Amino acid sequence: MSMELVLTPPTNVVDAEGNFTKDTYMYWYESMYLMRKFEEKAGQLYGQQKIRGFCHLYIGQEACAAGAVTALTRNDKWIAAYRDHAYPLGLGTSARAIMAELYGKATGCSKGKGGSMHMFDKNVNFMGGHGIVGAQVPMGAGIAFAEKYNKTGNVCICYMGDGAVRQGAFHEALNMAMTWKLPVIFVIENNGYAMGTSIQRASNVTDLYILGEAYEMPSMPVDGMDVEAVHHAVAKAAERARAGEGPTLLEFRTYRYRGHSMSDPQKYRTKEEVEAYKKLDPVEQVRATILRKGLATEEELSAINARVKAIVEDSVQFAEESPFPDPSEAFTDVYVQPDYPFIMD
Amino acid sequence: MRVIQFREALREAMSEEMRRDPRVFLMGEEVAEYNGAYKVSQGMLDEFGPERVIDTPISELGFAGIGVGAAINGLRPIIEFMTFNFSLVAIDQVVNSAAKILPMSAGQYGCPIVFRGPTGNAGQLGAQHSQNFENWYANTPGLKVVVPSNPYDAKGLLKSAIRDDDPVIFMESELMYSDKGEVPESEYLIPIGQAKTVREGTDVTLVSFGKMMKVALNAADEAAKEGISAEVIDLRTVRPIDYAAVVNSVKKTNRLVIIEEAWPLASISTDVGFQVQRMAFDYLDAPVLRVNSMDVPLNYAPTLIEAVLPNVKRTMQAIKSVLYRN
Repeated sequence: MSMELVLTPPTNVVDAEGNFTKDTYMYWYESMYLMRKFEEKAGQLYGQQKIRGFCHLYIGQEACAAGAVTALTRNDKWIAAYRDHAYPLGLGTSARAIMAELYGKATGCSKGKGGSMHMFDKNVNFMGGHGIVGAQVPMGAGIAFAEKYNKTGNVCICYMGDGAVRQGAFHEALNMAMTWKLPVIFVIENNGYAMGTSIQRASNVTDLYILGEAYEMPSMPVDGMDVEAVHHAVAKAAERARAGEGPTLLEFRTYRYRGHSMSDPQKYRTKEEVEAYKKLDPVEQVRATILRKGLATEEELSAINARVKAIVEDSVQFAEESPFPDPSEAFTDVYVQPDYPFIMD
Repeated sequence: MRVIQFREALREAMSEEMRRDPRVFLMGEEVAEYNGAYKVSQGMLDEFGPERVIDTPISELGFAGIGVGAAINGLRPIIEFMTFNFSLVAIDQVVNSAAKILPMSAGQYGCPIVFRGPTGNAGQLGAQHSQNFENWYANTPGLKVVVPSNPYDAKGLLKSAIRDDDPVIFMESELMYSDKGEVPESEYLIPIGQAKTVREGTDVTLVSFGKMMKVALNAADEAAKEGISAEVIDLRTVRPIDYAAVVNSVKKTNRLVIIEEAWPLASISTDVGFQVQRMAFDYLDAPVLRVNSMDVPLNYAPTLIEAVLPNVKRTMQAIKSVLYRN
């Protein structure tokens, strides 16, 4: 796999004065543009039935992932729900491995066994892609439990949608994480809709960060369309976690431009609402900042755009040309035990 | 040989493995300061401290999920359910997370975890505290399910379960914790997935596991009084099941009775019966019979318990039936 097709998060995130470096802004732009173009392509391919199953696109929410990448170390752990293509892309999993996974090919990051909802890449500490709403929340607390147990100083960032906060698992996990001061950052990506049910129809409590306060957990809303705001919030939460002060609940207020999944007619919201959010587009915001600060020219950004499109096209070609898993793979990775006696008749 | 209680055998297994491997810890309701609801973990907090013997709030789904998260991130948790009746609140984490993480991640993340606690009836506890879900968990690929019947097996199997790289469901009984049995001081392991022939016989094979082994063995004693030689097999593990041990015995005795506490539909007995007709059809001299709990919830009154649970009387009827002695 050619290295240039993989994003490398910056190591010099801020300069001596504490300002974001050019590398950071350029990473944000390139990673978010890659997430955007990758997901647009995935949507097209889904329409062509190249990608099957359920497929949930991240378009509009890119800052929620990119801002956290720069705020964390590469030893920190990530876990998320099933809208999960973008996090590993941002962390440095190749577009090829993710696209091949969407195709169900053996070269995918989960060898074609996971599909859209179950991306995993141990190389970048991305611990999945989980399909039961809210189940990843106690798991994220448990991942953090192990870090605390081993005194590593690492944290776990645990993403969920706004629907997950209505599950019991969320509340049980927040309670124990706060009681035990686990180094976990709980992130609600509030895009306003749990599938087709708006926040207002699901609960009397519509400011989701308030739910953390029931457990006396530091909790706050964050502009999830602003990558710098995301970075600052995650960095502060990580600092708290590493200092042994426990978890933080962040409510990223964001918006998905597309439906819940590819089979969503979106009759629950208006076109005007979608268009209003597009004016806050996270990719456009960073692009404007880069140009305003003179960090790059229009031509340089256009070159990045061209490179990203080439990465996406390359990933499609790679996925197309890759083989499906051998049928014998159905019996591998079920047990670690190599000679487990499956019932065969 | 030294004689200890079932609960002590479990405690020794956990404590020995915690001394051996710093990644092993125990988490559950009342496991630490209360010394265990059934005193299985008595003294473990004193030895290992609150970092490794951890009391939880009453949040089975939450702490099962924390266990799974810790396991996929390198630790080896022992999660205690006060009873497996309560594990239904947590079953999403057992079935959808613990059993699925290895295949979904294509082998990148394993889940070496033990979920343990008592299963089945334990006296007059009413319908919600008197259920057997061995077959539920055994139905799920990715899990292993161990149901020991005596202190010796409990210790050797629990140590194997803790060392196992796959998720293991380990089911005990409140009614067995005070049972005493010979357990050597020196270390031993019992492999998961191997049945044990605990009594040799020639006329009929009795297959059981867990607490119902007492019924099987008592029935074998009764049968002996009537001149019937029963071979008794303790499955010990119900996923995977040691079908060969059962089939080999049936090839000798030609008759099979299965005793199981769970309800009959889609039970372990159903499966063993199927496999025996599949693999030893020509050896059978009578239809396979089983003695399960009756197909109803277990109520409170003693007469209703007597009417529902497997017992020696019903087992004897089944034995005589397969021998055509009725």
